[in-house]
Formats: sequence, structure tokens, C-alpha cells
Amino acid sequence: MFSESISIALAGLKANKLRAMLTMLGIIIGVGAVIAMVSIGMGVKDKVATSIAGLGSNLLVVTPGASNAGGSRQAAGSSITLNEKDALAITQEISGINLVAPAVTRSYQVVFGNQNWTTSIQGTTPDIQGIRNYNIEEGSFFTNQDVETRARVAVLGKTVAENLFNGGTPIGQTIRINNAPFRVVGVLEAKGESAGGNQDDTVIIPLKTAQERLMGITYIQNINVQATGTDVIYQVQDDITTLLRARHKLAATAPDDFTVRNMVAIMAAADETTSMITSLLAVVAGLSLLVGGIGIMNIMLVSVTERTREIGIRKALGARYQNILLQFLIEAIVISVTGGVLGIVLGIGASYGISSVAGWNTVISSLAIVAAFAFSVFIGLFFGIYPARKAALLDPIEALRYE
Amino acid sequence: MSILLSEVTKVYQLGGERVNALAGITLSISPGEFTAIMGPSGSGKSTLMNILGCLDRPTTGSYMLDGQEVATLNDDQLAITRNKKIGFVFQSFNLLPRMSTLQNVALPMVYAGVEKKERLARAEQVLAMVGLESRMNHQPNELSGGQRQRVAIARALVNDPTIIMADEPTGNLDTKSGDEVMNIFSELNSQGRTIILVTHEPDIAEYAGRVVYVRDGLIERDEWKVR
Repeated sequence: MFSESISIALAGLKANKLRAMLTMLGIIIGVGAVIAMVSIGMGVKDKVATSIAGLGSNLLVVTPGASNAGGSRQAAGSSITLNEKDALAITQEISGINLVAPAVTRSYQVVFGNQNWTTSIQGTTPDIQGIRNYNIEEGSFFTNQDVETRARVAVLGKTVAENLFNGGTPIGQTIRINNAPFRVVGVLEAKGESAGGNQDDTVIIPLKTAQERLMGITYIQNINVQATGTDVIYQVQDDITTLLRARHKLAATAPDDFTVRNMVAIMAAADETTSMITSLLAVVAGLSLLVGGIGIMNIMLVSVTERTREIGIRKALGARYQNILLQFLIEAIVISVTGGVLGIVLGIGASYGISSVAGWNTVISSLAIVAAFAFSVFIGLFFGIYPARKAALLDPIEALRYE
Repeated sequence: MSILLSEVTKVYQLGGERVNALAGITLSISPGEFTAIMGPSGSGKSTLMNILGCLDRPTTGSYMLDGQEVATLNDDQLAITRNKKIGFVFQSFNLLPRMSTLQNVALPMVYAGVEKKERLARAEQVLAMVGLESRMNHQPNELSGGQRQRVAIARALVNDPTIIMADEPTGNLDTKSGDEVMNIFSELNSQGRTIILVTHEPDIAEYAGRVVYVRDGLIERDEWKVR
């Protein structure tokens, strides 16, 4: 009986091919939109996550607070309250820490031959490699020995190397940073964009060299701390705050003169934001699926009215309530399921299209595919049941009289 | 006793007004009878036909069909009864368009739950009985009126019903096709089938062995003809 209902329903759809196609289009676009939108959302989410993770995993960054000059507060990070001893104290007194790298950063012009490039010069210690996931492509990183001896050595980011050397080999060459000569000992692997800009547009030199030979400062601008895991990172954050308050002799009521930024927390916040964007996109796309469903209901109602006489004939010949109900319900479901399948194809195609044309990152989610398809089947059932019931409840005498 | 109506009434609610379509009909039709129901429009003959054909239930009274009370059946039970015991032939043929002649004839068997193979075999057989086996793959709109009505008769016969109900079966046909159709009914009747014919044409009623005249919801006359 069921297979009969399917073939009757298919015959009914065949009789009105264009109409069935147009109705299906609503579902195709709806399902396609859900899949494409979720793919884009997931792509954004993925990209944000990798770009934050690119900064380093389990990372805490301690920066000084705003300096206060005559009641006028300067930008955050402008104060000079952090020094190397703070970094050393963190290393020695706080547990749950893998690596600590204090750092200073300033922008300088870098010159090699007739090429020049203005970039950010970071002075730090070799531990930064582990914290920021810097990998050496050529040469080697400088050593702790270099930091202590204030060696004039530099490790170049990929962007800087390319711009100064145009494909030539930088290792062993001497570049000038703010007119001071530095020997290039290594080139970093490309890391690409990250939160906070191009990570490859940088030059890394030993901390003390930067402080004393380049910038002429004794304080440090940030301390990068890698915790042993996400489970301890909040504890480490609290411990650092307590330690630094004690070291800076802040009164209980005084605000912190530093900030501890927790990358895990930032990542969680970003993740929440991108998840929300994804859901929002999915809901908007889902609305179009709903509209598609209303289209099915509309066309099924038209179809029932048009075929009143047919229904009357079928009933006179012995069709029961469920025969007619199934016939129309299956028509609706065939429209929605076929539309759903085509919509999946469209959605996946659109995702690939968007990522190749617009260059956006898209991640095709199998959950979105399954959910969109299931939703389209449900839509077919939900919006098909009313017209089908209407047809099945028709009075055969009235229906036969219908012109 | 194949059909037994006793004190059947039918009351419609038409725009707040009660219409007594049938005012109390008692009628028995034996197996193998060829009965014509005649009457002017508004006489209640269509209502009587609907009740006899199990398309409708009487308001009061009893309708025994093949020893079974059908006046109190629900919609689905009525549908099953129509499917198994009654074959309909309509004035406007009521074949389904876009379906072949064969599929149209096989349709009642779909609702009887007959296997597809058997369905098509039987439909072909019945089509041959009305002389249309060569047209089984044609669609209804490719056939003449007389041929269409013969397809409709084949469809009415296919589930081997107790009664064939024909509602103005010649109303849309020319005299020649009409005669052909009526000859088929006579033929079927001579094979022992019960035929109930609703018509307002005395010529057509001539084919029947019994004519029941209905007026104002009551049986006015009931005439047996001696052939």
C-alpha cells in the first residue's frame, strides 16, 4: 500500500513538473543556505580559533598598566612598572608554568644594502620560541648566552626576510637596525595572519641587546607566560596577579598597575562570539527553509483544490482516509526530500564557491547537513499534513460534484 | 435479499433550512434485478443513489446490503464497502486523466490491496470484456465518449461487485454510443449482476426490468415490466 501511495504521489508530481520544481526550489535554497551559512560561520570560527592559537597555547601576557602623568593617564602599556625581576620572580615562585619570556617591542627601520623595511623589533629570550610556536626555517635562534652578552644578532620573520633579501639568503648577512649592525642568525617559518596582525613582519633580537643597545631602557613591556595547561591557567593568572601586587607594594585598595591577559579566556570569548554568529546565520537561513515549507503548504492546498474531483473519484472507488492522506503527504515529502538532497548539493557547492571566490575560510559541517536535511523532511511532513488531511476528509459526494 | 432499505430518511441542513431529501423510503432489490430509478430533479433520486452507493448514510432507517447493515458504518468502512460491493458508472465518466485506460481500470484494485501484476492482468481481462483491449495504453482523452464510458464500466466491474450503480450513464453520449453502453448493461444483467440505473430518460429506463419512480423524497410508483 505504501509503495502504491509513493507511485501515485510521483505520478501526481509528474503531472505538474514546473510547479513541483518551483516549490522544491524554496526547499533547495533553504537547505543550501543553511549549509552554506553554517559552513561560513564555522569557517570564521575555525579561523579565529587558529589565529588566537597561533599566538601560543595556554598563553598569559602580563603588560604594565597605564602610566599616570599629572593626572592624565596615558595609553595602557605605557607605564614602566614591569622589569626583568618581575619575570624572574614569576618563573621562580609560581607553579604550573612552562616558559616565561619577558619582551620589549618597538618599531624601527631595518636596512640591508639598498633595501629598507620598517618593522617591529622584539627583544626577548629564546623561550619565546616555545611560547609563540616560532619555528626556525633557516639558521638557528639566538641563545641565552647571546642575551647575557648583549650580542648583536637577529632572527628575521619571513616577511622581513623576503622584503630585505628578495630571495637571497639572509643567514650570516649584516643588517642595520636603527643604524646599529646586527648579524642575521636565523629566519622564522611563516606563521601567517593572527589576531594582532601579520606575525611574520617582525625581527627578534636578544632582550638585553634591545634594552641596552637599541632602546636604552631598563624596564620591560610585557611578560609572556606559558602555563602547563588550560586547567591551571586561571590559577596561574591569579597567582601572577597576587605576586606582582605584592612585589609592586600596592595597597589593597589600589588598582593593579599591570594587566594579565589570559589567551584561553580571550579564545573562549571569541569562540562564543563566533558560535553566536554561526547560529545567527543558521537561524536566518533556517527562516528561508521555513518560507520554503510555507511554499509547499501553499502549493499542496492549491493541488488539493484542483484535484477535488480526482479525490472524489478515488473515494468513490474505495480509497480510504489514509490512502488519500498518504498520497498527498508523500507528495509533500517527496518535494521536500528531493529539495533537501539538491539543497545539500547546492550548499556544499556554494561553500566551495564562496571559499574559492571570496577567499573565505569555510568548514562544511556534517551536522549542519544532517540537521538541514532532517529539518526539510520535517517541514514536508509539517506543512504537508494539513493539506493532506483536508484532502482525505473531503466528502466524496461534494468532491464528485466539484467542477 | 441483496438490498433492503427500510424507512430511510435523509435530512440536509441547507443554510439553516432543513431539507427532507428522502422522507421515508422502503425498497428491496433482489440479486440480478435491473432497476431504473426515475424522477424529476429535486425528487431525491440522487440522494437515494448516494445512499444505495454507500457514498452517504441515511439520517434514520436501515440499509442492509448483502445481509450487512451499512447505515451505521464509519467513513472508512463505507469506503471498503464501496470498493468491494459497488461499481460506479457516472454520467461524466470520471476517469482519471494522465492515467492509461489500463491503470484507470486497475485503480479500484489498488485500494483493494491487489498485487500489481494481478491487477494489470485482471484489468486487461475486463477491458477485453468491453471490447477495448486494443486501447489499454491510451489515455482517456484519446478515446471517444462511448469508449470512455465502456472503460468506466470495466472499472466498475473489476472488483467483481454485487451492484453496478449507473448515474445517467448515457447523459453525455450520442444515441448510438448510448445504446452500446445500455446493451453492455443488459448483457451484464443477463449474467446475473444487479444493476441500478438512475436516469430521467424513459427510453433508457426501458432497458430495465423494473422502474422505481421517486418524487418528493418518496417512492411514487414501483413498476415491474414483463418482458
